[in-house]
Amino acid sequence: METIALEIDGKRVTVASGSTILAAAEKAGTDIPVLCYFEHTSSKGLCRLCVVEVEGATTMQPACVALAQNDSIIQTRSENIDRIRRTILEMLASTVDLSESPDLLEMLLDYDAVPERFQGGKQLLPDLIDDNPVFIRDYAKCVMCWRCVQVCAEDAQYAFAINFGGRGFETSIATFFGKAMPETTCVFCGQCVGVCPSGALKAKTEHLLELGALPEEIFSETRMRRKSKRRRT
Amino acid sequence: MSEAEVLDLGDLEIILSRHSSLDRQALIPVLLEAQKPYGYLSEALLLAIGQALRVPLAEIHGVIEFYTLLYNEPVGKHFIRVCTGPVCAQVGSHQILEKVSQQYIADSTTTVEEVPCLCLCDNAPAALVDEVPIGNIDRGAMGTPGELGREVGLGFIGGEERWLTKRCGSVNPEDIDDFIALEGFAALRRALEKMQPPDVIREMKASGLVGLGGAAFPTGLKWEFAANAESDTRYIVCNGDESEPGTFKDRVLMEGDPYSVLEGMTIAGYAVGAKKGYIYVRGEYPRAQKILQNAIETARRMGYLGENILGSEFTFDVELRSGAGAYICGEETALFESIEGKRGFPRLKPPYPTTHGLFDKPTAINNVETLCASAWIIANGAAAYRARGTDESPGLKLFCLSGDIVQAGVYEVPFGITIAELIELGGGFKGEPQAILLGGAAGTFVRPEDLDLVLSFEDLKKAGHSLGSGVIFVINQEHDLRSSLLSLAEFFSHESCGKCFPCRMGTQRQFEIIEKAVQGEANKADFLALDDIRYTMTNSSICGLGITAGTAIGSALELWPDVFAVDHG
Repeated sequence: METIALEIDGKRVTVASGSTILAAAEKAGTDIPVLCYFEHTSSKGLCRLCVVEVEGATTMQPACVALAQNDSIIQTRSENIDRIRRTILEMLASTVDLSESPDLLEMLLDYDAVPERFQGGKQLLPDLIDDNPVFIRDYAKCVMCWRCVQVCAEDAQYAFAINFGGRGFETSIATFFGKAMPETTCVFCGQCVGVCPSGALKAKTEHLLELGALPEEIFSETRMRRKSKRRRT
Repeated sequence: MSEAEVLDLGDLEIILSRHSSLDRQALIPVLLEAQKPYGYLSEALLLAIGQALRVPLAEIHGVIEFYTLLYNEPVGKHFIRVCTGPVCAQVGSHQILEKVSQQYIADSTTTVEEVPCLCLCDNAPAALVDEVPIGNIDRGAMGTPGELGREVGLGFIGGEERWLTKRCGSVNPEDIDDFIALEGFAALRRALEKMQPPDVIREMKASGLVGLGGAAFPTGLKWEFAANAESDTRYIVCNGDESEPGTFKDRVLMEGDPYSVLEGMTIAGYAVGAKKGYIYVRGEYPRAQKILQNAIETARRMGYLGENILGSEFTFDVELRSGAGAYICGEETALFESIEGKRGFPRLKPPYPTTHGLFDKPTAINNVETLCASAWIIANGAAAYRARGTDESPGLKLFCLSGDIVQAGVYEVPFGITIAELIELGGGFKGEPQAILLGGAAGTFVRPEDLDLVLSFEDLKKAGHSLGSGVIFVINQEHDLRSSLLSLAEFFSHESCGKCFPCRMGTQRQFEIIEKAVQGEANKADFLALDDIRYTMTNSSICGLGITAGTAIGSALELWPDVFAVDHG
């Protein structure tokens, strides 16, 4: 195996050629914050929280997708990097509900983020969608990491039940014409729920338990709904 | 799906039969064509399209939601699209929009829409009435769409020496013989008969031509990279998605000299070793599309496209693709995604288009003006090209003058002239100048005191500016600069694709802060937040849109710190 050596925050590390900066940093014991990055989905470099400074590069590099280069010298924290991370976190926290994103809440503290500076700005807080017996969709908590769309498509299930709605700031996760989940090609595999990092997708049972429902109520509700479930043929 | 049973799919079958390969890449053309006879893209219609092209319904929905010219709910048979871009906005386009909207409020056959920039800035205020570009709209007299204003022509073209625009306006763009009579296809003939592909690349490199769409990458080098990339298939793509506010030069070239664009593409194809080229033209340029489609068909019939071009071994053909209302698709990788039938999300780079471009194949993508300049260079030689301009910025460049200038239009001038000289060519300022936007919405402002700035890549870079797409947009003292900044902020928030976080949220928050500032309600903290947003977008966005979304506003705040009344409390 071909290896390369580089320096991350002053620490020398040797990794396999073709490793990302993120992987190299992990090996060096350096923690780079990530949001959209997930080991089991293809990296899209969306959130940019993982940007780092590579000596000699003209722009900051997203560590999750940028490959580590031999002999490069990388800084994972600096005033400039922190400024970017803080601003992204502030914009995100002022847009959606991060109450069920403990990692992000911790990051907000770590970077001294003050989301209140964007108070009064547009927020994305749609109503919770409860349209099937398996899971609920609470997009007010969606951080747009794309993982659900990815696992629903080529990254895992090939069900293609969800994609995007809108554009720009208003980009959302959507089904065909906003249809209820049972009327889509969803196979209720639950993978999207499993990869959601922010509590936007949640098992129906968990949701009902949080609401204080009794086990027999939960059972009856999910069973009733299952009987009436319509599936595309 | 009871709706499907009643929907007559006859028109769709005809549309599908016109497409040789029924797969994902046909999606956007089929959607655009299908909504004409059917009025809009209904569920039943999309079900049929999804089945025919094998595209999941959720993904089709995602595509429709991305592009403003695709409609999944009923719309009028007729459209009036009023431009509210920065140039039109300062001559009353919002009042026009309001008036037209009121006029048609009860008329379900006509849909009135706002477009962020129609790139008819030389004829502002402008609108697109169905497929007819209308300009110089008189705010007072408005009745029927026909009375809105007259169809605009090619527009004014200036410049003492005209290389790329010499045929524009003087030939019939529909007539291939007119083109041939004025040295048309001389470059292609020279390339095919006297040069090997590496010779063409050598000549291009020697010319010093760089991309004239804004990115300024050396064209010869780009072709060489694509030619050397390992692959059995390569593509040429012509970027005719001109949507940068203040820019209209590519429209003039495409409408005025379509064969020259095709000639440039064909030469590029020969140099790179591509058999197929795509020309992607924004959806709001229906007239340019019509002219180009005619040119493609005529050139094919006359043996300038297709197999064994001019009796050589070389085979090359061009397909026209329409955009569907998304500024971001002018970004090269977003454009590829669009041709492939997807939402126009820019890709991560690397890999670069010259190795992994359209359909993941090596691709040379060039702007319209760049390809026309390439044809000129192969016809006249690199030395002739270098005889004008500066050492580092050789040749002539098309500049787009608009706003408060006596004669708005496209001006073809040598690199190295000053802004003052260019303004003089345009007949001077209208009124007392206040600010000049240089390079486009993604550019920077300059002050009237800075008119001796030299228009070349190297001089502008030194001064902290960029040439962008060649925009010179003048704002005089009668206008409120704050409105212009608001217009720019609104533009970017509307056009951000929503992929990367810095741009998706940054363009929105930038717009909100400028909106607050225009109302006199922004405080010092808001401007500090704006600085952070700009820094974040510039240094961490995926593509050029986010990287430059704050530069014009940032430069204005730097030049005129008092433009907004700041509440220091």
